[in-house]
Amino acid sequence: MEFSLTPDLEQLRAAILTLCERFDDAYWLARDRDGVFPHDFHAAMAAGGWLGIAMPEPYGGAGLGIMAAAVMMQAVAESGAAMTGASAIHMNIFGLNPVVVFGSEDQKRRMLPPLIAGRDKACFAVTEPDAGLNTTELKTRAVWDGAQYVVTGTKIWISTAQVANKMLLLARTTPLDQVRRKTDGLSLFYTDLDRATVEIREIPKMGRHAVDSNMLFIEGLRIPMEDRIGAEGDGFRCILHGMNPERILIAAEAVGIGRAALARAARYARERIVFGRPIGQNQGIAHPLAKSWAELAAAELMVLKAAALYDAGRECGAEANAAKYLAGEAGFHACEAAVMTHGGMGYAKEYHVERYLREVMIPRIAPVSPQMILNFIAERALGLPKSY
Amino acid sequence: MKLLISVKRVVDYNVKVRVKADGTGVETNGVKMSMNPFDEIAVEEAVRLKEKGVASEVVAVSMGPPACSETLRTALAMGADRGILVETEVALQPLAVAKLLRALAEREQPGMIILGKQAIDDDMNATGQMLAALLGWPQATFASKLAIEGERAMVTREVDGGLETLELRLPAIVTTDLRLNEPRYASLPNIMKARKKPIETIAPAALGVDPAPRLEIVKVAEPPKRQGGRKVASVAELVEKLTQEAKVI
Ligand SMILES: Cc1cc2nc3c(=O)[nH]c(=O)nc-3n(C[C@H](O)[C@H](O)[C@H](O)COP(=O)(O)OP(=O)(O)OC[C@H]3O[C@@H](n4cnc5c(N)ncnc54)[C@H](O)[C@@H]3O)c2cc1C
Repeated sequence: MEFSLTPDLEQLRAAILTLCERFDDAYWLARDRDGVFPHDFHAAMAAGGWLGIAMPEPYGGAGLGIMAAAVMMQAVAESGAAMTGASAIHMNIFGLNPVVVFGSEDQKRRMLPPLIAGRDKACFAVTEPDAGLNTTELKTRAVWDGAQYVVTGTKIWISTAQVANKMLLLARTTPLDQVRRKTDGLSLFYTDLDRATVEIREIPKMGRHAVDSNMLFIEGLRIPMEDRIGAEGDGFRCILHGMNPERILIAAEAVGIGRAALARAARYARERIVFGRPIGQNQGIAHPLAKSWAELAAAELMVLKAAALYDAGRECGAEANAAKYLAGEAGFHACEAAVMTHGGMGYAKEYHVERYLREVMIPRIAPVSPQMILNFIAERALGLPKSY
Repeated sequence: MKLLISVKRVVDYNVKVRVKADGTGVETNGVKMSMNPFDEIAVEEAVRLKEKGVASEVVAVSMGPPACSETLRTALAMGADRGILVETEVALQPLAVAKLLRALAEREQPGMIILGKQAIDDDMNATGQMLAALLGWPQATFASKLAIEGERAMVTREVDGGLETLELRLPAIVTTDLRLNEPRYASLPNIMKARKKPIETIAPAALGVDPAPRLEIVKVAEPPKRQGGRKVASVAELVEKLTQEAKVI
């Protein structure tokens, strides 16, 4: 058992932190204000070959595992880029895993290199307003008309759709009343995001203003056969495969943003003098920060354990879910403590921690809520009866 | 032409250094370490010369504890071809480093050795000059521009009066100044390639050099705390303070 990063992983982390220094606090504060997608950050990550960290080598990736990708994403968030930086590239890192695992050779050659090189930007369209976390209830339909699939439906919360030219889409190809299992009959597509048939409306939201999330109104989008990933009706299984790594990466991002907040809070607590001494000399200020340090360290260990299991090809469902739960909560506590440590200044944009607090809500909620994670662990790790 | 580059592992330039409690040096335990920024510039220049086809091989050397291999990995990720780690726990001083580099130069026969003008930890600004003297090679320090023309190097230096250009016969020693170039970021593909590049580890004794320090550090101390500024109400008060308190006029 090894409890520290290998020199190779340390080197990746250092290289990412060095690259991210170019995009400083002022840069991310400005993006939060103007809401403009961080294109130059995305381009710098692409130019450095980082987007392909976990993608296979023959298609331009580095072929490293989820452990390396998690170390990278934590460092991105920790640099101060927070969820804005992480979400801007998140989809590139592992989003096309279904294509890697279930795609044909032709699809891999066509779809992976442009995404790894940063020429394509993709969004991932699963969530629907009328289905919520119950993915099998998706209403969006893809109907084969003899030549192409024709898609109609509504998606919600779809991030980066404003800047994306591609979409990974989950839609029902066989109606729910005609399938044996509810998880059957969904199909996965990776296709052009055609703005003539997909209306994209941005959702005003709490934070991460530079990385948009949207309602998608899909009205007659046509998808050729060669853009379907895996067999028809197998879409749910295709995305299931990438869910654990997705959770691990989000968890790493939450640890990173928590670390960024904690570093700022500790610095402020050392430097701010009130009643003739640094505020950090008061245990009422010091203890919440120390507690956050401990929570983040524990969450990070769980992230790395889940990643190690995944990379070793072993079952990691409970660990990946636990990592995402622990990291989401630990990240949130750290950001909250950071705001409180700053007193009134914690509420001022110029001290950055209020931005972190707004952004850290995302890895708590998405891609799966803490309640559903606890449902999963209760059922799978503790053998309790399914509650829903 | 082969190029030899020296790279030193130093406390990262962003770190606020703290003096050890016993006054023997600065705290390096748990502190972020990086390649000396002037050495990064040296590596960048060498890699550019290789990319232009002027140099055929770039060899990076680092000296110190085993962790210096991380610094070499960074140099390899930037584009150096191979690394040499002169491994020692002895705190190396410029003369020892210069002697070790001389031994390596005799073995490797480089056409040019590029070093940082100084390391940001001890600010000695001595190794390049000592090495030139030991080898009897021409030297150009504080380079802000470097061009190779056949058997000669044209080096522009930023001096007080403006720009000075020197013409040197190769082999020669060049030390880098800040404006020579802007070092590249190590890309992921190049980091991966660097993992397959060789690093040779060698002991100072194998190079026939005794690295023992010749200078003794008497004491390392924090600079005096800066006093807060004060506002004065009038010119008269200012003059009074300058003459009576500060005694500068
Ligand atoms: C900023 C942001 C970006 C996003 N980006 C994307 C994206 O790019 N692509 C995409 O497809 N989706 C995206 N999402 C959607 C996200 O994955 C969903 O919001 C999330 O999965 C929760 O689904 P829901 O909003 O429908 O909640 P609901 O399903 O409506 O649930 C509401 C609440 O009820 C609770 N609940 C529901 N059922 C149970 C139960 N059985 N037991 C206990 N509690 C229960 C939930 O835990 C939750 O707290 C994004 C969301 C956000 C906020």
